[in-house]
Amino acid sequence: MRITRVLSMALIALGLAAGPAAADSSPSASPSGDSGAPTEAGTSFRTATEIEQGQTATASGSTGDYLYWSFPADTGQRPTVKATVKLPKAPSAGQKWQIDVYDGLRRRQACQYGAQTRTAAAGASSVELSCTLRTVRSWSEPWADDPLPGTYYLRLTVLNLAQDDLGLPVGAEVRVDSKDIGGKAAVDGSLAKPLVPGIAVTDPGEDDDKPGKAVLSAIDPDDGWSSGWWTDRWVWTGLGGVLAALAGIGGYALTRGSGRPSRVPPGA
Amino acid sequence: MIRRQRLAAGLGALLAALAAGLAFPAAAVADETTALAPKVDLVIDVSGSMRAKDMDGQSRMSAAKQAFNEVLDATPEEVQLGIRTLGATYPGDDRKTGCKDTAQLYPVGPLNRAEAKAAVATLTPTGWTPIGPALLKAADDLEGGEGSKRIVLISDGEDTCAPLDPCEVAREIAAKGIGLTIDTLGLVPNAKMRLQLSCIAEATGGTYTSVEHTDELTDRVNQLVDRAADPVVTPVAVEGASECAKAPALKSGLYTDREEFGQERWYRVDVKPGQELRAAVSVAADRAVSPDYGVLLRAVTVHGREIVRGEAAGTGRTDVISTGLRYPKAESDDEDAPAETVCLQVTHSFAGAAGVKATPGLPLELTVDVVDGPSDAGDVASFGLGRGWWLLGALIVAGFLGGLVWGWLSRWRVAVWRTN
Repeated sequence: MRITRVLSMALIALGLAAGPAAADSSPSASPSGDSGAPTEAGTSFRTATEIEQGQTATASGSTGDYLYWSFPADTGQRPTVKATVKLPKAPSAGQKWQIDVYDGLRRRQACQYGAQTRTAAAGASSVELSCTLRTVRSWSEPWADDPLPGTYYLRLTVLNLAQDDLGLPVGAEVRVDSKDIGGKAAVDGSLAKPLVPGIAVTDPGEDDDKPGKAVLSAIDPDDGWSSGWWTDRWVWTGLGGVLAALAGIGGYALTRGSGRPSRVPPGA
Repeated sequence: MIRRQRLAAGLGALLAALAAGLAFPAAAVADETTALAPKVDLVIDVSGSMRAKDMDGQSRMSAAKQAFNEVLDATPEEVQLGIRTLGATYPGDDRKTGCKDTAQLYPVGPLNRAEAKAAVATLTPTGWTPIGPALLKAADDLEGGEGSKRIVLISDGEDTCAPLDPCEVAREIAAKGIGLTIDTLGLVPNAKMRLQLSCIAEATGGTYTSVEHTDELTDRVNQLVDRAADPVVTPVAVEGASECAKAPALKSGLYTDREEFGQERWYRVDVKPGQELRAAVSVAADRAVSPDYGVLLRAVTVHGREIVRGEAAGTGRTDVISTGLRYPKAESDDEDAPAETVCLQVTHSFAGAAGVKATPGLPLELTVDVVDGPSDAGDVASFGLGRGWWLLGALIVAGFLGGLVWGWLSRWRVAVWRTN
């Protein structure tokens, strides 16, 4: 009897230890090598350059260009977009840069924090911008504009500038990383298809990477879109069930005293 | 009976095959590569001012020639490249003649590098700067085919042939709906020329670059030619109506339209029960507009009830303002339930700056996707599952109490049984 009790206590302790460990696992987007990272940017939603999360993409352009990239974001991720604008020629005072993030429906997505807009100091050689989005959810009501899994667009632009600065060369470096928020943000419901523009006209069996075939967005995460089935809530709930059962056994055992009463003769 | 079914199935298959054959004629497949080939027309200013020796110690003309040679070497195979000059032949003072002076130096087509280079070598700075007429002719050069089209205009001075405003010309070319982009490069720019060239670029969704060094010129033109080579989806032109009843019916796809200041555009999309309509709209600012603007996209029933809307507003310099909406139509128990016609209304609140023309309207891009509907949430949390220490605590307490009660109950039952 004692052995079982010790065992059950150990199990509870183990469960308590394992619970948070499973819950807080945060394998953020693995920083893959930058080989093959795009060195160009698009100039509109349609021509946006597709990048992967964890990739540092670079581009060169002219001050006044609108530079577009697109990246995939999946359920449970909280993407952070970082952009560095390199100004080879010192700008006039008051040059203001901005990054905007749009979802697959071209709806502007709010930044929770980060310097989305920043004014370059006179004579500055670079401007750093950043935007942390809200956590991507698997489902939301159609009247909300919560981030949903799918394509995200990133637009880098100079918001206002002195006329003399227009057309001067400029370099840009962007990177998207995301934190895995996990079960905390696991909501019920799911989309039939991710919010990827043009997905209704893209044949799913077709190889999107086939050259010459233009699609609006060929975004696809490396390991596919999550099915939305797994969340660490299964672990928590399952563990809760086991603990409840153990506690139930414990409670039952308390009412029975410690084993067989000694005064009862054997074989009775 | 079975035979009749087979016959019907056979007929159906035959019809389907015929329909497929009609939709994709064999010839179209063969011509696909040429029809879809991206086309680029390089338009180079050969006016007298190109003689000025202010680019890395050499004249603007020789800098341009050097850049062209390098660009011709690096042009991707699939790009059909042509070269047009402006101000290359007429050295005189007659404005009228000078302003018609634009010629095709190398026709748009499969590139023969040696021939093209030889043609470029003959250029000598000569005449006027008729940018407007040159752009019109360049647009003609690029006509035909369905690939992306791009004009790269390299100039060192503003248009000298007023009153034909090249900026208006560019907007008209864009409004013809042939999906043409004009990128402009200004050599050693001054304020007036910068304004004009950036206006041309803005009117067609292109880019403007100031160039002061030869290598900058080479890099930029190469970049622009490469951009043309990237395959891109060409939108289908539609014309939205002023009310839902007359609106064109759209299916999934990418569409383009024009919308004037203060205008409404209506489209209709059929959505079956269990399907989801996704619509995104972008309205581009292709001319000088006030710095505060917005766009509204509404999904409305045929009876005028608003279902859902997407709205966006912005401030500051912009190329587009865009928004979108989602409308999942609930499943129906009736299998033959008819599709619902959803009216999409697009309005924008751009205001033209003083003296800006209202026609043609601002370019509008509409993406429509009709996909399967989502599986709706039955609970806030995923599958209604729980999470966190409070949950564990509550379950443990509940389990413990359950165990106690069960224990006491069974003790009590044993006691009662014993006494009986």
